[in-house]
Amino acid sequence: MTAPLDIEGPAAPPRSNGELVFAEPWESRAFGMAVALHEAGAFAWPRFQAALIARIAAWQAAPADEPWDYYRQWLGALEDVLARGGAVLPGEVAERARALAGRPAGHDHPAGHGHDHPAGHDHAGGHDHPAGHGHGHPH
Amino acid sequence: MTGAGSEERLSPALRTEALEELLTERGLVDPDAVDRLITQYETNVGPLNGAKVVARAWTDPEYRRRLLDDGTAAIKELGFGGLQTECLVVVENTATTHNVVVCTLCSCYPWAVLGLPPSWYKDPAYRARMVREPRTVLAGMGLELADDVRITVRDSSSEVRWLVLPERPAGTEDMSEEQLVSLVTRDAMVGVAKVVAP
Repeated sequence: MTAPLDIEGPAAPPRSNGELVFAEPWESRAFGMAVALHEAGAFAWPRFQAALIARIAAWQAAPADEPWDYYRQWLGALEDVLARGGAVLPGEVAERARALAGRPAGHDHPAGHGHDHPAGHDHAGGHDHPAGHGHGHPH
Repeated sequence: MTGAGSEERLSPALRTEALEELLTERGLVDPDAVDRLITQYETNVGPLNGAKVVARAWTDPEYRRRLLDDGTAAIKELGFGGLQTECLVVVENTATTHNVVVCTLCSCYPWAVLGLPPSWYKDPAYRARMVREPRTVLAGMGLELADDVRITVRDSSSEVRWLVLPERPAGTEDMSEEQLVSLVTRDAMVGVAKVVAP
């Protein structure tokens, strides 16, 4: 996993109560969505856990396909659980993501680069994620 | 994995954003609730909680007994609990026995007392190697254990979440519970380090 921040080392941002837990804003959204859905009764936690184990096992069976990234597996597991329950189908996620990628230049992420947020972009809490809006783009 | 092509091209950041939009539109997720959860785990839930549990156990023998007897109930006494600590088992490290925690299948971890797991805990190499050669892996992480120390690897893959009660270091007899809290590290409560006296 290529985290943009030095999470463990001496350059790690100071935290009064442990380390920075998410390397990228999307990781925190993926985490928060899974827990929020569970708390709202969308699925029992062991179902998510089983999906996560399956995703990780699949990665380990063919690790050359992509670098190890825990929250990628987490996100995949969340999509799997939601797809199985019929709440959100995988094709829908891909379609919406493609639409987001095609946003006008300068709006947010450069389209199609598989690009993530730069270091220190928006970790500090008090971030900006209004409903149905984007992640951390400049307002 | 099917449809790997499209998954490859779309960054996880975009997929996450797409998923959140869809879930929000369908009334399945409230972005404010997600915000609150993130803030909770970024700022309130962390190893400091576990350190308070350990310091209490070191200074209160009755609490220590209850903690080793029923971890979930004992941490609840201090106000900690919730997801991933429904079945918390606390194991004690001593001069002759050493417990270390791993989750071989995913990265289960007692969030309520340790926060979310550090990157090395989630790493496939840690998960695989700690089971096979714990003494070597621990040495690589800076913890050299004598040959006569018995190492037990605790795998969190079932419903049980493990918390290590580290050995109280010599020379801390005069320290208060509050002072002891500051000595206890996350790594010691996973079992990849010892607590050292100041």
